[in-house]
Amino acid sequence: MPVHQYIPNSAPEIKKEMLKYLAVKDVEEFFVDIPEKIRLKKRLQLPHPTPELEVKRNIEALLSKNKNCNELLTFLGAGCWPHYVPAVCDEINSRSEFLTAYTGDVYTDLGRYQALFEFQSMIGDLVALDVVSFPTYDWATASGDAAHMVVRTTGRHEILVPKTTSPERLSVIRAYCERLAEIKPIDYDPTTGQLDLRDLRRKISSRTAAIYMENPTYLGFIETEGEEIGKIAHDNGALYIVGVEPLSLGLLTPPGEYGADIVCGEGQPLGMHMNFGGGLLGFLASRDDERLVSAMPHRLITITSTQHESEWGFAYTLPKRTMFAAREKATTFTGTATVLWAITAAVYMSLLGPQGIAELAEAIMQKSHYAMKRVSEVRGIEAPIFKSPHFKEFTVNFDKTGKTVHEVNKRLLEHGIQGGKDITKEFPQLGSTALYCVSEIHTKVDIDRLSAALEEVIK
Amino acid sequence: MKDRNVTGYHAVRWGEPIIYELGRKGRRGFVIPRVEAAVKAKAGDVISSVPEKMRRKAPPEWPQLSEPEVVRHFIHLSQQTFGVDSGINVGVGTCTMKYNPKINEALARSPRITELHPLQDEETVQGILEIMYKLQEWLCEISGMDKFSFQPRGGAHAVFTNACIIRAYHKLNGELDDRDEIITTVVSHPCNAAAPAAAGFKIVTLYPDEETGYPDIEALKAAVSKRTAGMMITDPYDTGIFDSNIAEYIKIVHEAGGLVAIDQANANCILGRVVIGDVGADLCHFNLHKSFSTPHGSCGPGSAPIGVKEELAKFLPLPTVEFDGSKYYLDYDRTHSIGKVAEFHGVVPNVVRAYAWIMTMGAEGLKETSEVAVMNNNYLLKKLLEIRGVSLPWGKRHPFRMQDVRLSLEKLKEETGIGIDEVNRRIVDFGVQRCFTSHEPWIIPEPFTPEPSETASKQDLDRFAEIFRQISTEAYTDPEILKKAPHNCAISKVDLTPSSDPKKWAMTWRAYVKKHR
Amino acid sequence: MAPKKKLGLIVNPIAGLGGRVGLKGTDGEATIKRAVELGATAISPLRALETLQTLANAKDEFELVTYPYEMGQNVAKKCGLDPEVIGSIARGKTTATDTKNAARDMANLRVDLILFAGGDGTARDICEAIDVEVPALGIPAGVKMHSAVFAVSPKKAGELAMSFLRGEAPLREAEVMDIDEDAFRRNRVSARLYGYLRVPYEASLVQPMKSGSLSTMDEKSSQEIIAEYIAERMDDEYYYILGPGTTIKAIADKLGIKKTLLGVDVVKRRRIVAMDLNEEQLLRLIENKKAKIVVSPIGGQGFIFGRGNQQISPQVIRRIGIDNVVIVATENKLHSIGTGRPLLVDTGDDEVDRLLSGYRRVITGYNEEVVVKVTA
Repeated sequence: MPVHQYIPNSAPEIKKEMLKYLAVKDVEEFFVDIPEKIRLKKRLQLPHPTPELEVKRNIEALLSKNKNCNELLTFLGAGCWPHYVPAVCDEINSRSEFLTAYTGDVYTDLGRYQALFEFQSMIGDLVALDVVSFPTYDWATASGDAAHMVVRTTGRHEILVPKTTSPERLSVIRAYCERLAEIKPIDYDPTTGQLDLRDLRRKISSRTAAIYMENPTYLGFIETEGEEIGKIAHDNGALYIVGVEPLSLGLLTPPGEYGADIVCGEGQPLGMHMNFGGGLLGFLASRDDERLVSAMPHRLITITSTQHESEWGFAYTLPKRTMFAAREKATTFTGTATVLWAITAAVYMSLLGPQGIAELAEAIMQKSHYAMKRVSEVRGIEAPIFKSPHFKEFTVNFDKTGKTVHEVNKRLLEHGIQGGKDITKEFPQLGSTALYCVSEIHTKVDIDRLSAALEEVIK
Repeated sequence: MKDRNVTGYHAVRWGEPIIYELGRKGRRGFVIPRVEAAVKAKAGDVISSVPEKMRRKAPPEWPQLSEPEVVRHFIHLSQQTFGVDSGINVGVGTCTMKYNPKINEALARSPRITELHPLQDEETVQGILEIMYKLQEWLCEISGMDKFSFQPRGGAHAVFTNACIIRAYHKLNGELDDRDEIITTVVSHPCNAAAPAAAGFKIVTLYPDEETGYPDIEALKAAVSKRTAGMMITDPYDTGIFDSNIAEYIKIVHEAGGLVAIDQANANCILGRVVIGDVGADLCHFNLHKSFSTPHGSCGPGSAPIGVKEELAKFLPLPTVEFDGSKYYLDYDRTHSIGKVAEFHGVVPNVVRAYAWIMTMGAEGLKETSEVAVMNNNYLLKKLLEIRGVSLPWGKRHPFRMQDVRLSLEKLKEETGIGIDEVNRRIVDFGVQRCFTSHEPWIIPEPFTPEPSETASKQDLDRFAEIFRQISTEAYTDPEILKKAPHNCAISKVDLTPSSDPKKWAMTWRAYVKKHR
Repeated sequence: MAPKKKLGLIVNPIAGLGGRVGLKGTDGEATIKRAVELGATAISPLRALETLQTLANAKDEFELVTYPYEMGQNVAKKCGLDPEVIGSIARGKTTATDTKNAARDMANLRVDLILFAGGDGTARDICEAIDVEVPALGIPAGVKMHSAVFAVSPKKAGELAMSFLRGEAPLREAEVMDIDEDAFRRNRVSARLYGYLRVPYEASLVQPMKSGSLSTMDEKSSQEIIAEYIAERMDDEYYYILGPGTTIKAIADKLGIKKTLLGVDVVKRRRIVAMDLNEEQLLRLIENKKAKIVVSPIGGQGFIFGRGNQQISPQVIRRIGIDNVVIVATENKLHSIGTGRPLLVDTGDDEVDRLLSGYRRVITGYNEEVVVKVTA
């Protein structure tokens, strides 16, 4: 059996030398604490050691069974979206120092801390809040963390959430909040989709810890009463959490300017490939209020100085945080998060600059508006359902065509097109509806092709 | 000081400005794709479709750099970061800082993975689903479990998910109100207490016996009752000790009606040697970014798949990856599932990397991995114990250790006033990553936890020991050099006052400018 | 530049005198005379010296204040330290009064920490003089050291003092015990909880590296959390016999009721029923009633029964039932006793001791318990 290429000390000579130094005849002596009867006696049923070329061929053969979004015209979104990733992003996140570092101190890993600080800073500017924490897994877990924060800070145990919230995110929030807080739904206006302020006023009380709202919403439209909703929250002593998609903030008022106490969101559009859902990046921001900072469930780093005047350093903020209420003492836990993606996002935001993101947001809206209009031209299709401004996603209703979304999507596939997410099960009250996403990567030709295909498919 | 501080290493030191201090107004690093005239015309004035009050008044105050400036800045930052590829990381215990094979990188970055949307029609993603399904099978073989989920993103997340499954199991049996206690040990990773607490359980902690380093059977017997929902522990422990009572514990907890979940963060040393499912465990998890060679990514993204026995499979998060004999599919139709603990299916590129690694290593390679990892650990341990000031807790009972080992500099501290904090700030002057100390609580004083893993060379181990010896000598003869360390890094000692001062702390540049300029 | 920290040093020159020659304590002139006759050498100056040697490494960081000659000046000089010497004593004839004066004088000078070398008796004197006004730490030197105010060793005392002066060690209230001297010399231990001193301790450090709980509680917060948990679960049908100590007092504070710090009080329906009861009164009160006992380990050795709470006699325990004994302690307290070390019982009744022994649960937080060994 050949010596393993990743294991320097498996070379027989070296092994012998080391065992001699250890005065051990057989490596089994090291495992003395493992009781005999639980030791595995047979060989695991796994492949035999395989040389690199064969591994490559095996995996590439499997992957060739996929049709990716370069080969398939895709209009999927719903929490993970197709955007262009500038080459510099991959260049930087393949740097082996960033790729293979972990949790070293600021002395060996200054670069990683600084890149993180720069990520935090740019997110802060984007959402207009002064405190941004270490990144987390995704928007859903960030909103779960925000839920914990508000319970901890207010001591109240109820969170109000509009019915248009992403069901997947809601599922995660519920898992995080079981035994901690009650999630209460708020109605929306059936025409505009906007959060129903009357229902909100009716349901909010002194038991409410916070209102959580997504903007743009899961269904693609923009909540225009952001400021009013914040007022209602604060008038009742509750906090205001807003969940965001970052590119939209190139154009929309940042939540920090309309009253948000906490902002969470999905950073994947900031330079991460979709990766079959594996490129997600959750971010969490808050006002610079001592109580909120103390309740932050993730690490926080602050910029600081060093012994030398011209140097920048970084340190952890409040490393010994005491929790306010006993019940919430150990309600969160994050460890290995998504720092490589945060560094990538810092690169992306640096490349775009203030000009770039404003232009990008407008371009995306132009494309999605064009698409909504073209798709609506197909008889029987209504896009969007809601009479509100939209960003990059929109609902498409097929009721009048007599076809289900499932049927439509299957037939679109024959045309080499992946249709939008089927949300019929998630929102039965909307009938046969799909959620479509159009971004800066879709050309006029792509959108026209979709329109033509839909025309065919609903016949 | 300069003459005494001769280590042969100096870190790259750029004095790199914060990116906000770079660039010039008007520069840009990226030109967005063009919007066709016909699209613009038909779309109309999209900005006006947004009511004025929701329109951004001014763009974010981001830096304005051109592409070359951005590249140079981040290259400088990467040069000031120390990864496994940069140098010796054998002191970073519990993290399993092993080599990350480059073929895995090349494969994971293929557009055939990166350009997949998680919700694509299953027909179009059979390849990736097959890889996920196969890795699941291999992990089942390695762990003795019956089904895996890749949704959890890290160890703590995995333990939380397992706690949610235990919760769901008892709820279905109508016993959740009575069974509200999870038992753990203080030498387990703290997330084994924090995560189930977050899932609403009461935590009962067992302390290790002074001699053995793990709890007595009698202690567990006293701890179980009708209220026991389960036990969640790490085995082997971060101290490097394998809990020999594990089979007994499982029996006792099962008899009391509870489930047992094993945190296998340290599995690297028992691959191919202990199949925890066969020992009786009901749930477990692995850290792909530890035992299975996927890169740490400067602290994520990682991946921590959870494995369960057949009877618990119905509780797994949605969706699971299934095979019906002819095709692979995602199963969302599981009524008893705990729902979701994160969006979509998991960090799939890491699934591909782990798959590639297992295939490369093979069953024989996994056994060799555990063998050499443990041999390396004990070799380094013996060398370190020859150094003045270093001691081994529970050393009498456990002279050999497993994947990592917790040592103490208590003696050094007593005799010289120098402890692990100073040693860690000095060791980086030699071009070596600092040591991991211990998770809290520090039941061992002045702790440090090396973990060589199988990919460290003998030269690495010898060099690390040599450096440690030099530092020990410095502590006894020239402590000033340690107190004023680091000397050869990118920056000097940081000022910690902003850490706890709300008037001084600044987590963003905008906050810094507001408070300090 | 910030002003240097002030460290006070008080050496009880005769503490520990009797130990080596088999006497139990050195209170009273007669015992001292006997000890000297037996050829005893003063231990505490030697211990204090060890501590100062550890501190001498950082002598630029603090100013030392001490009393004359054998009460501190001598050992300071031996280490090359240059202390500020205050007060006056009768050389060779120091008494408890001198110890108290020294502590008082140093408190008036606003020292940041008082290091004292001695035993329980010395601790008691310091306590009487300054109570919890000034932080203090004991260098173990006496024969009897049941109090929880002592460091584990003279070297550790120096390290901990330095940590505290650097702002790295928090403070907690630690028990000062008072042993009945005569009983002790007749081989019977009978300890009373005398009072408290505020003492620095080594909190477990948080390494915000990877994961796990992000917080470390200080002692007071931990006690509040335990108190909240207990208070919430109090059953209106039971009498609660609350033992002495700060952790139990925190429960009373949470309920908004008064409690004696050093005595045994009884609570029912969240109201105080009686305070500072003795054994007889307790027995009468709980006759034919449902009751629970809540105790916390007292002193440096972790006694849950037998030191400081003898009013809760074996009779009382038997009457109430072993299953109704609730033990509370903060994790810091358990660590200070020694991680993995058992808690101790000495009720005076072998059978009750036996029934209490084994593995028992200790409530350490909200919804958190630890399983600890208890032995006689």
